Amino acid sequence: MEPKTLFDKIWDSHVVQSIKGGPDVLYIDRHFIHEVTSPQAFDGLRKRGLQVFRPAKTIATADHNIPTRDQDKPIKDELSRNQVGTLEKNCRDFNIEYFGLNHPKNGIVHVVGPELGYTLPGMTIVCGDSHTSTHGAFGTVAFGIGTSEVEMVLASQCIIQPKPKKMRITVNGSLQKGVTSKDIILYIISRLSAGGATGYFVEYSGTAIESLSMEGRMTVCNMSIEMGARGGLIAPDMKTFEYLSKVLPADLKPDFNSLVKGWMKLKTDKEAVFDLEKEFDAGDIKPMITYGTNPGLGMAVDDTIPEKAGNKEENAAFLRSLDYMGFKPGEKLLGHPVDYVFVGSCTNGRIEDLRAFAELVRGRKKDPGITALIVPGSKKVEQQAISEGIADTLKKAGFELRQPGCSSCLAMNEDKIPAGKYAVSTSNRNFEGRQGPGARTLLASPLTAAAAAVTGKITDPRDLLNN
Amino acid sequence: MAKEKFDILETTCVPLPLENVDTDQIIPARFLSATTREGFGENLFRDWRFDKSGEKNDSFILNDPAYSGKILVAGKNFGCGSSREHAVWALSDYGFRAVVSSFFADIFRNNSLNNGFLPVMVTEEFLGNLFELISKDPGTKVRIDLGQQVISVPGTGESMKFDINPYKKECLMKGLDDIDYLLSIRNMITAYELRNTLRK
Ligand code: SF4
Repeated sequence: MEPKTLFDKIWDSHVVQSIKGGPDVLYIDRHFIHEVTSPQAFDGLRKRGLQVFRPAKTIATADHNIPTRDQDKPIKDELSRNQVGTLEKNCRDFNIEYFGLNHPKNGIVHVVGPELGYTLPGMTIVCGDSHTSTHGAFGTVAFGIGTSEVEMVLASQCIIQPKPKKMRITVNGSLQKGVTSKDIILYIISRLSAGGATGYFVEYSGTAIESLSMEGRMTVCNMSIEMGARGGLIAPDMKTFEYLSKVLPADLKPDFNSLVKGWMKLKTDKEAVFDLEKEFDAGDIKPMITYGTNPGLGMAVDDTIPEKAGNKEENAAFLRSLDYMGFKPGEKLLGHPVDYVFVGSCTNGRIEDLRAFAELVRGRKKDPGITALIVPGSKKVEQQAISEGIADTLKKAGFELRQPGCSSCLAMNEDKIPAGKYAVSTSNRNFEGRQGPGARTLLASPLTAAAAAVTGKITDPRDLLNN
Repeated sequence: MAKEKFDILETTCVPLPLENVDTDQIIPARFLSATTREGFGENLFRDWRFDKSGEKNDSFILNDPAYSGKILVAGKNFGCGSSREHAVWALSDYGFRAVVSSFFADIFRNNSLNNGFLPVMVTEEFLGNLFELISKDPGTKVRIDLGQQVISVPGTGESMKFDINPYKKECLMKGLDDIDYLLSIRNMITAYELRNTLRK
């Protein structure tokens, strides 16, 4: 048999039909929806007089447009309340499982999917959210779709998609102290640029990737989209199976061993060919930070902003971006004052991220100039943070643990960063205005965020880890 | 459901010579709370079109009366970032029917095609010329012939072929959409499901 990549194996086995000269009709095993990108899709179904084809394969959660305080009270903002109410009604009308506010399974869609065992190796997974790539950490083909496509999945459990090209990114070697999975992916994106992987589906491999926990792998796959990739995935291994053994839904538990047997086959064949291969050395990676307004404009935290970028147009965009950020070419960022710190999102809102943050702030105090938003990715993470004593540690250091949601990652709720203020954020996008009109976002790991939170300025976390 | 058919479009253009224009700029998240598809044009490029107090920002191209038309000409990697289809709805609702760039983000391209909105990918060189022509003469017309898959500048005779998936092209030209198609092959989908349960 012709050697295949892991991506090919999963994709090809889900093709219901290849349209001649055109895209594939792809069967979807798992569909996640949330309040922002689904209402128009349900609207479309109603207009066509359709039912949801396979309601049990869709899971809904409210996450993007919800407050992170007082979740037990009605949402204050009328539009947000209406949007969440619409999702709830749609789920009721169309018989879809819904995790609303205060539901023990509520949380950010890409955090709850994996932690509740809805994300399983070999699946095709879609959601009307570009960071669906997160689920690729379990060896799935998972990617973001638009609302028309959400409607397609609801109507037929399929979407019509052209097959992307394949890229492999190999990271070998071991990470230095203070360097995390977030730094790996920020480093890769800074090397490949914000559009560098457009048209590709990425497989991450190598010893540095294998050494990551499932949480760390999710952080890497999550940000695949920030270099334009359709998605990213990592072959499942013993770590994956061990994680799943703890979260597998009860009805699947008896099948666990036979499932694992099937999952073990999910890897790229030795001779398989990728359209593009990139290789990096983990030892070269330092704690990273972005200085511009796309995730590709990143550097080591102790580095200086480049003097210029590429060709004429690229340089113009680069200068425009620095102007927005209030930075200059050649400037060093260490020591630059910070106003806000945001820890959370589907990139770094998992328990491991809160642990890392708490570890560094333990025994220290929040800098008085800092406003901090510490937002767990889900109810489960919140509960865990409380029971592990993380919430306590945070409190002692002057931080408050909020309730779960997307929060300041896209600032649809009131968790906005004011214009002109600097925020070190563990989220995934530093676009102009992403965290509020005029907000200036610096993307970094939870450790680098913690270092900024206790010093009030951009700080190399390695300086605080040693003592 | 039937959409407006796309055939030949000849119009003046609005140039936006910026790279990596992301969907957060096209339509900021705080305007995504609506539950219908209409009305997003009002907030298209909101934070570039208007200043903080809601006044029009005269230096932004959409507010320059010299430029108008149904085609947006934009820099490389247009539509990157969030998967929000609201970005395409905002562009269409504002009155655009096509966008020309040297590179598009994948999800944005799919979303466009699903809404009868045409992304036309041209070479860097063609794009550069186009920006120059339009800045010299805002009255420059551009013609997009979907049937022939040709984009041209009738005034100068410059033209180039562009790619589009044949299936998507047919959908656009006939004003059809994917759901009609998927519904027509439900038998096949059910058969696929059956095969897979048996295999397991
Ligand atoms: S946390 Fe941010 S990136 Fe993740 S799903 Fe929410 S809004 Fe999207």
